[in-house]
Amino acid sequence: MHSIADLKKGEKAIIKDVSANNIPIKLLEMGCLPGNEVEVIQLAPLLGPMYININGSHLAIRKETAKLIIIDKLINNE
Amino acid sequence: MSKQIKVALIGNPNTGKTSIFNSLTGLNQKTANYPGVTVEKKEGICKLDRGVKAHIYDLPGTYSLNASSMDENIVVELLLNKNHKDYPDLAIIVSDVENLKRNLVLFTQVKDLKIPTILAINMSDRMKYKGIELDLSYLENHLDTKIILTTNRTNLWTDTLKDLISNYNKLPSNKFMDPQLIDPEYFKNLQRTFPEQDLYKLWVVICQDANFTNVDKNFLDGADFEIKSISELKRLQQKETIKRYQLINNILKLGQKVDQSKAIGFGAAMDRILTHKIFGYVFFCLILLGMFQAIYEWATIPMNYIDSMFASITGWVKINFPSGAMTDLLADGIITGIGGIVIFVPQIAFLFMFISVLEESGYMSRVVFLMDRIMQKFGLSGKSVVPLISGVACAIPAIMATRNIESWKERLITILVIPFMTCSARLPVYLIIVALVIPNETILGVNYQAVALMSLYIIGFLAAIFSAYILNIILKMKKRSVLVMEMPNYKIPLIKDVLYTVIEKTKSFIVEAGKIILAISIILWFLATNGVGDKFKNPEKYVSQKIELLTENELQTEMAAIKLENSFIGNIGKTIEPVFKPLGYDWKIGIGLITSFAAREVFVGTLAVIYNIENYDDSKGKQRELKNIMRQETDKNGNKIFTLASGISLLLFYAFAMQCMSTLAIVKKETNSWKWPAIQFIIMTLIAYIVSLIAFQLIS
Repeated sequence: MHSIADLKKGEKAIIKDVSANNIPIKLLEMGCLPGNEVEVIQLAPLLGPMYININGSHLAIRKETAKLIIIDKLINNE
Repeated sequence: MSKQIKVALIGNPNTGKTSIFNSLTGLNQKTANYPGVTVEKKEGICKLDRGVKAHIYDLPGTYSLNASSMDENIVVELLLNKNHKDYPDLAIIVSDVENLKRNLVLFTQVKDLKIPTILAINMSDRMKYKGIELDLSYLENHLDTKIILTTNRTNLWTDTLKDLISNYNKLPSNKFMDPQLIDPEYFKNLQRTFPEQDLYKLWVVICQDANFTNVDKNFLDGADFEIKSISELKRLQQKETIKRYQLINNILKLGQKVDQSKAIGFGAAMDRILTHKIFGYVFFCLILLGMFQAIYEWATIPMNYIDSMFASITGWVKINFPSGAMTDLLADGIITGIGGIVIFVPQIAFLFMFISVLEESGYMSRVVFLMDRIMQKFGLSGKSVVPLISGVACAIPAIMATRNIESWKERLITILVIPFMTCSARLPVYLIIVALVIPNETILGVNYQAVALMSLYIIGFLAAIFSAYILNIILKMKKRSVLVMEMPNYKIPLIKDVLYTVIEKTKSFIVEAGKIILAISIILWFLATNGVGDKFKNPEKYVSQKIELLTENELQTEMAAIKLENSFIGNIGKTIEPVFKPLGYDWKIGIGLITSFAAREVFVGTLAVIYNIENYDDSKGKQRELKNIMRQETDKNGNKIFTLASGISLLLFYAFAMQCMSTLAIVKKETNSWKWPAIQFIIMTLIAYIVSLIAFQLIS
């Protein structure tokens, strides 16, 4: 099982499941919902936050939060 | 009485809501605080046809009606309370054309509260760059609202919007979604228990996080229905969000066309550099350097003008007013004191301009992204960077800017350490002391005074970071730290918006500081020119040498000194002198320090009042520079008061001590207890005392 935290810079995936209990509601409202596409735009150095694009929303989240968002399949992105 | 319409501007953060507000109201706006909280309440008036006035409320940005911060709670509380005096007749939902889907979530929620709505799709000028096409009549039909395309680049749309506002009673106010769609069983049950209440409103009340809201939930307790656990509620909220997205998606599928191939984005390219793991940091350092360069180089030009202007006002007052203590108070106390503040207006304006440009452009979020990891090591959040930088201007707006930090512990630590940052009120003190005790010489092209000043900024920053680290270890608090932050599109900031911010902030700085200086100058002057006892009343009896040996001028000077020493303020000063003696200060500096606890910038004015009363001067209108008087100050044995040792000790005292009542008041408001400002005050002042003591004893 992979989560957003496993993605590398430039990789894309589809969100499969979001553990609603531990995730801030705000993240869901910003479009972090099952079925939406996620793309990693940039990673901050030293395990810093991830800069991602979900469904057109550009967000920064920490690795711990990213681990709670389960992704389905990796779309090959050259 | 003419008709008044109340309009609420609501929208996600970064949608350009404030620009729309500025376009509608011009400078016809005022900022106050919501009662009890420090959230800024911006209200403006927009004149419509036939004498009708619209009161526009610019509400804090929010992503939904589930408040997760104090700012967002303001929006929810207002919209839920029909009896609120500001309850809107209509709401304008401002949305960003590039994020329409997400913005519509909030729109549908407001609509479900049955408030008449206008949907303003902002930044519509970017549609062509992004390959976006909208079928407006389809959207108006299916979202059941009026839509207006707005842009911050022109004002052509304002008349249309004003027309829509005037005719607000024709706006539809139907619900968008039946709440039963979220979870039929739960909502049927809810409706059965509270048949009188509006179901969606009820649901919004239930969802509010007790940490932020004052929404009355007590009526729920006695009711006979199953109260869900927090995690179940969260699941329902998730369902609601999914449902809304589904409905919105269905509408947008037909009402919006996005041709990705036509989209030109320079944002991605900019992000590649600005958030890069090396270049990103280099760029950030360059920005900071540029900021300080502007503040210390460019600002000196207008500052010199202001300085000479106030000098000539002081001179003019002295020539044209009858000489005496009153005129001295006016010229040397009040005008000099206020001039001491006004002179910093260019610097403060530059600082607010930079911060406002960085925020408006969307760059600040990138800084948060870059700094989050490093700040976490010190117990802070990436979002603490913005308040810490603003703290260089003034701790008060900086402390208010911590409100978007999600974790309470991180937010509290940020609030507690911000006052260490070198705020602009310290500058007047630093500049005068540095000029007195640090030689104005250069070595290898570097000016000693500039180095001293820069060191003070670095000391302030290190003190902030280091105490954050300690606080993070000491404070036993559950820490649930998350970071969810939107990275908004890059925008070129509008000059108008930046200008409004600068004018607004600078104005309030002068007014607030001016009030304190005026009050303290008058009190000081009174205490310094009045006294009891023979020494005060008949100083000529106590002159050290034979009166015949002194010139008139020398006699007057000595008598003035004796009087001052035995005035009320002299007595107070002498009493507290033992406390400050080990730091190298005489009683006059001691008084300056005490008055500085009201606000640091008062120091210069205080010394001006005291020294001018003491230094009898018969040459009317002669410009006496405070700096020169201070340089000549000696103690009884003829030793200089302002030496390298006492000067550095004084600088360090100001660097560390918590001397600002307004900051303490704001900390009390934001932390909702006197405990934290009290701790802040005691610890910081203690550190200041100990560090200054060590510095003075080592150097002297």
